[in-house]
Amino acid sequence: MSADRLRSPLGRALGLGSAKEGVEHWWLQRVTAVALVPLALWFVAALIVHPGADYQTTVAWLRSPLTAVVMILLVIATFVHMALGVQVVIVDYVHHEPARVASLVLVRLACWALGAAALFAVLRVALGS
Amino acid sequence: MPASRPLSPHLQIYRPQITSVLSISHRATGLALSLGTLLLVWWLVALARGPEAFASVQSFVGSWLGRLLLLGWTFSLFFHLANGIRHLCWDTGYGFEIKTAEISGWVVVAAAAVLTVIVWVAGLAAMAG
Repeated sequence: MSADRLRSPLGRALGLGSAKEGVEHWWLQRVTAVALVPLALWFVAALIVHPGADYQTTVAWLRSPLTAVVMILLVIATFVHMALGVQVVIVDYVHHEPARVASLVLVRLACWALGAAALFAVLRVALGS
Repeated sequence: MPASRPLSPHLQIYRPQITSVLSISHRATGLALSLGTLLLVWWLVALARGPEAFASVQSFVGSWLGRLLLLGWTFSLFFHLANGIRHLCWDTGYGFEIKTAEISGWVVVAAAAVLTVIVWVAGLAAMAG
């Protein structure tokens, strides 16, 4: 009899396996998905209200505190959701292990870099003089 | 001799169904939207850099290639959003009956198409007006 059979279902769930994070990936994917429903709709709506808006209009729009905060939330939710989603696709389809590990690292780093650049840009416009 | 055990679907001879086609399309549109974040970051960084950098993004978005990519990303966004809501419903335990899953699949396709058309008609009308 394996040691697992001697543990209660609750004990097994609380143990969270060897990675100690349990359903964190699955859960965060869903939480960011829920957040992105209104955030994505807001962004598309903003784009069609002023399609092809010029520099001054766009800067004025992003300098509004509400716009800047919602934009920051959009960027964070987007890149967290993207990092988790692309990770699952790589794990499922890239069978060659060195390529899999390399692409997992590359995608995660790219998400951090793109997210950081986007956040810095939003803050610079929103807080710039 | 044919195996008597159930075999996993062989992609080349397996009849495409709305459920399986939407399943892979969810991943495909997710990857397309991941590439689309490059434009989002370019747009935000250019806005932070100044009028000239912003103008080059605007001219790319206004080109036929830019428009075509934007159209693809609009549809991808609405498809991924609508199908994502379908997935969230499944996560709560509802909609697993085959008939329901097929109907909700067609609803997703219709919603994505209709929303894409509405956004582009509204956007082009706002630009003209």
